[in-house]
Amino acid sequence: MSSKPKKVLLKGNEIMAEAAIQAGCRFFAGYPITPQNEVPEYMSKRMPQVGGTFVQAESELAAINMLFGASAAGARCMTSSSSPGISLKQEGISYIAAGELPCVIANVQRGGPGLGNIRASQADYFQAVKGGGHGDYRLIVLAPSTLPELYELTMNAFDYADFYRNPAMILSDGILGQMAEPVELAPYEPILKLPEKDYVLDGCAGREPRVMKTLHLFPAMSLMDHNIHLREKYARISSELKLVERIKTDDAELVIAAYGITARVARGAVELARQKGMKVGLIRPITLWPFPDEVFKELAESTDKFLVVEMSNGQFIEDVKLATECKKPVEFLGTGGGWYPTAENIFEKVQAIYDRPSDTRTVERLEVV
Amino acid sequence: MEFGRPDTLYDVRTHYCPGCGHGIIHRLVAEVIDELGVREKAIGTAPVGCAVLLYDYFNCDIIECAHGRPPAVATGIKRTLPDRIVFTYQGDGDLAAIGTNETIHAANRGENITIIFINNAIYGMTGGQMAPTTLLGQRSTTTQDGRGNNQEGPPLKVCELLSNLDGVTYLERVAVSTPKDVMKAKKAIRKAFENQIAGRGFSLVEVLSMCPTAWRQTPTQAVDFVNDRMKNVFPLGVFKDKDEQ
Repeated sequence: MSSKPKKVLLKGNEIMAEAAIQAGCRFFAGYPITPQNEVPEYMSKRMPQVGGTFVQAESELAAINMLFGASAAGARCMTSSSSPGISLKQEGISYIAAGELPCVIANVQRGGPGLGNIRASQADYFQAVKGGGHGDYRLIVLAPSTLPELYELTMNAFDYADFYRNPAMILSDGILGQMAEPVELAPYEPILKLPEKDYVLDGCAGREPRVMKTLHLFPAMSLMDHNIHLREKYARISSELKLVERIKTDDAELVIAAYGITARVARGAVELARQKGMKVGLIRPITLWPFPDEVFKELAESTDKFLVVEMSNGQFIEDVKLATECKKPVEFLGTGGGWYPTAENIFEKVQAIYDRPSDTRTVERLEVV
Repeated sequence: MEFGRPDTLYDVRTHYCPGCGHGIIHRLVAEVIDELGVREKAIGTAPVGCAVLLYDYFNCDIIECAHGRPPAVATGIKRTLPDRIVFTYQGDGDLAAIGTNETIHAANRGENITIIFINNAIYGMTGGQMAPTTLLGQRSTTTQDGRGNNQEGPPLKVCELLSNLDGVTYLERVAVSTPKDVMKAKKAIRKAFENQIAGRGFSLVEVLSMCPTAWRQTPTQAVDFVNDRMKNVFPLGVFKDKDEQ
């Protein structure tokens, strides 16, 4: 029997939690922090209905370490928090990445640094894509822009995590988490052929005991070997998993680069510009790590300039400059601390820079003589 | 009855110093796991500290945890696999300093796990710094004139602290400094595992143990230190037993 998927109107945080349930997540541990509280609240009700476990942990630290255990025991597991709480989780994230255990971590970003405020923010970009905890490791970082996409990417995140044996992060924010939008609850279908979990600690009946550890003392260079193994895995993820959306970039003279909720707003700016006959497009990375650098590099050949829009003082812009090799000017619109762009804000900035000749803003280069 | 190595221990030499209590306690835990027939259902946690390498000694599934986090990790495992036997093996810095929060809340939730808590009043692996359980007046590399002269406060008494929590099922403090104490310690460890098998909830056995190297003592002096000094500050006995209530 096939029936149309149920359409619901829920908050983003609830959509994300339901996506996890649909994807077979059966362990959730979390700690209250605004603006992500709907996630643990929803999970506390839903998990018992599906035979899963919900734990309100004593701290973010405990929650992420509960995931370390649950994932090692074979459960699809998730935790969520918001910026200051994600900072607390960094210890556990490093261990989970080192142990190559799958899990999904959601960051419903709020303003920082410090306690900051509870308005939406994109200021945890560096923390999400560059590391965050100690040691060399990477998270698969997904940046949904709408609630239907949040639903889909959350389900996919579990597959990516299992497939690559790597923690995955949903980089949401206070707007996506708190807004409501109709979403069709399509049933979960794995998007990858998932490997057998041959690392699970479930008692050694009928097999040799297994050890899950992140300490590599002996032989002397075993930690280097492990780091090289991780590097090779990250290179593989990087070559296989780069998701990006391009909107009207083919003839664009100016390309807006934005991700997450900001990209959604930027679409409106593209429309406004096109109505005025201005050739403006949008590039929106869906994976922030791995970063879809080839597409940016391509665009740097065809367009005249970029405009990065982000709700931070400028973090994502560094990856845009790297990917485009600074071949074209990269303008910036953004600030941290609770500023939200509107389509009009972005369009104003587009107007201000659209006709400015590219060569008035030369790229600074250090000449080595 | 033939006396041999428990199946739950590999036939290898340990890295522990002469006179250290870890070897005795490893053996007691392994014997109990053997006797209860749960080796193939057991998942242990290795701590940060001298016992971090216990996965080289225990012939069962082991997960090595971040410092202080074993009760949280054990919670994740036990809730996922409720019919497995999950135990943590933790030192005093791990359980009573950096991981106090995880300890108290796992205990108060009544997690159905078994905690073996090694109290040797010192940080051994890092070279002999003050532990939360270091005695007043005891010298360490960070209390060189003895604890208590610089606002370190008195030693933290874990069994006494946890005995106030309604969620806790069983708490006992034992020692491994005399043959009689060793026999009692085994009985307590056995009970802590039996409680878990029966689904009775959170059990913790605190074991007073010797660290001659970090105490800068001989093995026999270290035994005397446990018997003459530590037992006065940390009295042995059952602090909580829901069976008896």
